[in-house]
Amino acid sequence: MSSTTNPSTQHTSTIGAIGAPSRRNTELALLVFAVVIPVFAYANVGLALDGQVPAGLLSYGLGLGLLAGVGHLAVRKFAPYADPLLLPLATLLNGLGLVAIWRLDQSELLQSIQQAGTAAPRQLMYTAMGIALFIGVLIFLKDHRVLQRYTYISMVGALFLLLLPLVPGLGKNIYGAKIWIQVGSFSIQPGEFAKIVLAIFFAGYLMVKRDALALASRRFMGLYLPRGRDLGPILVVWMVSILILVFETDLGTSLLFFGMFVIMLYVATERTSWIVFGLLMSAVGAVGVASFEPHIQQRVDAWLDPMREYTLSREGVLGHSEQAMQALWAFGSGGTLGTGWGQGHSELIRFAANSDFILATFGEELGLAGVMALLLLYALIVERGVRTALAARDPFGKLLAIGLSGAFALQVFVVAGGVMGLIPLTGMTMPFLAYGGSSVIANWALIGILLRISDTARRPAPAPAANPDAEMTQVVRP
Amino acid sequence: MSELTLTVMRLGFLAVLWLFVIVAVQVIRSDLFGTRVTQRGSRRDAGRQQQAARQAPPQQRQQTGGGRRGRNTPTKLVVTEGTLTGTTVALQGQTITLGRAHDSTIVLDDDYASSRHARIYPDRDGQWIVEDLGSTNGTYLDRTRLTTPTPISLGAPIRIGKTVIELRK
Repeated sequence: MSSTTNPSTQHTSTIGAIGAPSRRNTELALLVFAVVIPVFAYANVGLALDGQVPAGLLSYGLGLGLLAGVGHLAVRKFAPYADPLLLPLATLLNGLGLVAIWRLDQSELLQSIQQAGTAAPRQLMYTAMGIALFIGVLIFLKDHRVLQRYTYISMVGALFLLLLPLVPGLGKNIYGAKIWIQVGSFSIQPGEFAKIVLAIFFAGYLMVKRDALALASRRFMGLYLPRGRDLGPILVVWMVSILILVFETDLGTSLLFFGMFVIMLYVATERTSWIVFGLLMSAVGAVGVASFEPHIQQRVDAWLDPMREYTLSREGVLGHSEQAMQALWAFGSGGTLGTGWGQGHSELIRFAANSDFILATFGEELGLAGVMALLLLYALIVERGVRTALAARDPFGKLLAIGLSGAFALQVFVVAGGVMGLIPLTGMTMPFLAYGGSSVIANWALIGILLRISDTARRPAPAPAANPDAEMTQVVRP
Repeated sequence: MSELTLTVMRLGFLAVLWLFVIVAVQVIRSDLFGTRVTQRGSRRDAGRQQQAARQAPPQQRQQTGGGRRGRNTPTKLVVTEGTLTGTTVALQGQTITLGRAHDSTIVLDDDYASSRHARIYPDRDGQWIVEDLGSTNGTYLDRTRLTTPTPISLGAPIRIGKTVIELRK
């Protein structure tokens, strides 16, 4: 804010992120804090369950600290002006998720019904892979504008990833939703990665088309109505998300992609009418599909009357689930301040207690106060993403940052809303908290891209070098 | 483990978690309350600057968020050379497009101009930026051909073909 705007120095004056401190030390301090909190929680679980500090405390703390430290050094080296908050926030959420998963591992009930008991070490491994990808993004993505070149390749790639679970033999139907693929002994959720690739496509596409979409419109009842032919892209995305809903029976993925497109369309064109259209179209689509797809219908019924669903399931009627009601009970038994780490009974949710329903564990053991803090941590990540978009100087970076943070926010909303009974439940994972390799890895990559954009945006502009070519091709005035 | 210890740990953990949130919010305080402008000059100078900012119209002050630009904000764009010489456009926070296309803010009648040649827009803290939109003959700020969006200082000539425009107070 203290540069010279002296006309005689001409273009060399730069405004904006001038002299902005890199804030890497702030990041380091917060990061230490963000590692200490999960370690505290870990000790807390051990003390509550066995009355002693768990044996793995040191290795677990060192492991998380090491990963965070390596991430921090990579940021220091490759993105020195990046946002100071994103890395600590993601580390804290990831660490708390690890603690909750480890805590559920200790439950004998869960150990008896599935391969649980080893989930926490695997999640730590996924976290390491996620941080490796995060560092890879920082090293190899020197400039996010490179991604702009791959606009249409991204489109093909995203469609490929989205349709992958439908390939016979590869796709896997887990409890009604076909969003997994099976490779060897791993099941991967391609949708998590498609989220990022799709954001790249939307950003590249909307950057080019936004003028046509924004300017050519008629005004009607206070809304700008777009021309018929400009409705093409939104209709195509809508169709694709309906297809996902019908064939993969996954409300979350479908909602996420359509919502992300509408958010980016709104940001690109500054036209409220797109949001109105988007909401109308998603309402029509969701109601339409729910009227004939039994899996979706059942989810909606469970949402409207979770108690009935619970009793049906207790009576042994197939295709019903007790989980929605159990999650609500978990939140209720947590109350305001929670039961304390390790003293809840959220393991009674059984299946998916450590993935889709992990928020119920937090709700029971940390109570309203803890869940509010978690939601604020998510809100801060989204806020930093939006802030990055505001600071970015190139339109592609703006749109990409808003798309990624919008997708992140939508995902949190869809999962948290589902578990809390605000919207019909859908099989998605809470970013960073929930157990699941694809989700953790993809979200670390997402944070990496956001850091890269914010580094470019906050980096002080270098003094523009005189370009000899430019001098030669200069237009000579008569 | 006694009940008391567990209760203390439970509440302690929540306190620590919230402390982190509060510290994180402190870090981004500037987002919420605006940037605190620190002047390189003396304190007295800084006081005077702030007074100047207070006298500036509220809308402008909000946009600039500091004293310095309150006085240096350009209010109009003036065409100084070319067929449109003398044309002025008031700057009110909108994006100004330049080119031969009919929907441009300033329609250039110039063989050297592309149909969508350049645009001039304010960034988030009110600084005006000029960006070349991939034109054939280029946009020049002073004598340098633009390759990236570049902040414009007051009075710096922006050249597009035969047309020269500049920002003025």
